[in-house]
Amino acid sequence: MIDLLVIPLIKIVIVLTGVLITVMYLVLLERKVQAWVQVRLGPMRVGPHGVLQPIADVLKLFVKEDITPVRADKVVFTLAPIIVLVPAIIAFAVIPFGDQVSIFGKPVPLHIADLNVGLLYIVAVASIGIYGIILGGWSSNSKYPLLGALRASAQLISYEVAVTLTFVSVILVSGSLSMVDIVTAQKANGVWFAFVQPLALSIYFVGALAETNRSPFDLPEAEQELVAGFHTEYSGMRFALFFLAEYANMIVVSAVATTLFFGGWLRPFPSVAFLHFLDFVPTWIWFVVKTFLVLYLFLWIRATLPRYRYDQLMRLGWKVLIPLAIANIIVTAAVKVALSD
Amino acid sequence: MEPDVARPMFDTDELVINMGPQHPATHGVLRVVLKLDGEKVVDADVVIGYLHRGVEKLSENRDWTQIVLLTDRLDYVASAAANLAYVETVEKLLSLEVPRRARYIRTILAELQRLASHLVWLGSHAMDIGAVTVFLYCLRERELILDLFEEYCGARLTYNSMRIGGLPQDLPPNWDKKVLQFCDIQLEKLVEYETLLTHNRIWLERTKGIGVISAADAIAVGLCGPPLRGSGVVRDVRKDEPYAAYAEMEFDVPVGTNGDTYDRYLVRLEEIRQSVRIIRQALGGLPEGPVMGKVPRLIKPPAGETYHANESPKGEIGYFIASDGKSTSPYRLRVRPPSFCNLQALPQLVRGHLVADVIALIGTIDIVLGEVDR
Repeated sequence: MIDLLVIPLIKIVIVLTGVLITVMYLVLLERKVQAWVQVRLGPMRVGPHGVLQPIADVLKLFVKEDITPVRADKVVFTLAPIIVLVPAIIAFAVIPFGDQVSIFGKPVPLHIADLNVGLLYIVAVASIGIYGIILGGWSSNSKYPLLGALRASAQLISYEVAVTLTFVSVILVSGSLSMVDIVTAQKANGVWFAFVQPLALSIYFVGALAETNRSPFDLPEAEQELVAGFHTEYSGMRFALFFLAEYANMIVVSAVATTLFFGGWLRPFPSVAFLHFLDFVPTWIWFVVKTFLVLYLFLWIRATLPRYRYDQLMRLGWKVLIPLAIANIIVTAAVKVALSD
Repeated sequence: MEPDVARPMFDTDELVINMGPQHPATHGVLRVVLKLDGEKVVDADVVIGYLHRGVEKLSENRDWTQIVLLTDRLDYVASAAANLAYVETVEKLLSLEVPRRARYIRTILAELQRLASHLVWLGSHAMDIGAVTVFLYCLRERELILDLFEEYCGARLTYNSMRIGGLPQDLPPNWDKKVLQFCDIQLEKLVEYETLLTHNRIWLERTKGIGVISAADAIAVGLCGPPLRGSGVVRDVRKDEPYAAYAEMEFDVPVGTNGDTYDRYLVRLEEIRQSVRIIRQALGGLPEGPVMGKVPRLIKPPAGETYHANESPKGEIGYFIASDGKSTSPYRLRVRPPSFCNLQALPQLVRGHLVADVIALIGTIDIVLGEVDR
């Protein structure tokens, strides 16, 4: 009973709280990092160095008036942000945050569920979110959101193909779809898959930027062109849900990148014996540090690069990334067959 | 009823979108009515007038000296340039001789102003294409220019820094050293912007081949300033009809070859270098003497009319002034605003491009609505 219900429930609560707090502080981190790059200070007023800014932001979003446009489809309009947010959060169910730890002599694995099709689950869940974006733009009954939603759907669907194809090459190397097995495979392998599959990693990263609507692929919400894209008509708490989902998605793709390519909870150089003294660091800390380094890349890129144009983005996706990803799969499979003989 | 007449299988409608007057990227209160086929722009209609203040009519009821203040509000990103063109026109009408030192200082102020204006342009243009960091870097250097202006004339945006016949005051002590210091900083930081943009693949893809206009078309539509030079036409009022102290300065007029957004970007960046070169020369050869010529107490130009043009950062800014010889205000004052003339090329530039390019193209022609609407 305890194993079946209580422990998973406690884990869910911890993960959910952790994710929400991380999202709040990721927004602050983003503003700070951007500010440092741009010779500014960023938020400084709420708390020392603005550390309480996220709380103020959340409070503000809660008390703001929540406007529903008169001509909007009210049910769908309300449903859309929920459809976007829920998949972003339930994707965390299969992320392994660390190795097993023992609490009161009881071994507890640091993941909510170890599905044998974990990677497939993430792909499946992530694609539901796109549905919410389309619905949100369409139900607003307004031009800019509609254009934004069309852009978003085209972009997300085409980049998902490339991202999913890179998963295939990782699966080929690891021989498993389970997230935990992929990490242990990297331990057995001796090096992170980032070194085995560098091409897959780069394609995954570019695809992840596009999938989370991040610069330089933030076209669906390009404020200079489409005001705010698909969520132009949203305000208050419903807008906050979209916002939350975007950052939760960023964390998901960074966590997946960490798990698939950077050895998950493993310490750096898992096979080098004389680095064993690093083992005193709890495994989940390695995971968090790696995930944040990947997240930092997202923020850094946003502060550096201009934005792609819609057609250029599609060209990059279909003509460069997808063929490359397929070629990568073929080469990986061929090498695997050749080595197994 | 004619049931046999089938609708086309893929029925397409044009989508009309209103970009502006309240839109994050239309630089003020420009309104562009776009006809879209998908994301492709079929046609664009520029609607202006949201910032019309009747500067030309107001001038007919102001003293000649008071009008300098009104010219500040034309191109508020480059008000010294507008000041200069106006006072020179009145001086031409009065046949006034301006002291050499004043002409040199005017040149320095005009070139500093060009730097400030080009920095705002580069920043907002880059921001429109998504490179937000460049904007803040540019404004960082512009801030130094504003400080220099503040030290010279007390104002940071609308300077009122010229007088008919000369200048309101001489340079403050040590000001020239600070300007030279700034010149070094500017050249150093220019490299920083270029690292972020000039060879950036995304930047190249967003600007190369976008909004191409041939030299002949550019002349036909009346482009002036950097957009005209971007198409390869060597035309710079500073060279062709020198004013202030430009006849004594050595500088190049950069021109583009393809007439696209990237060339216009390169032309303006090179102009920043040339401006620094002019400022250094002018400061090096700054003559001694008074900064105010002999001006009658009551300015009342003889009856007649004249037109005089300057090279403002945006292009050729000209004033046509008619005086009836009796009153202390102009009979008619007409501004030839470069932004206005350049803006009329926009529909031609955007046709066939995508919505995202419209933003890049509004940025590339560098408009200030205060000047467009007057």
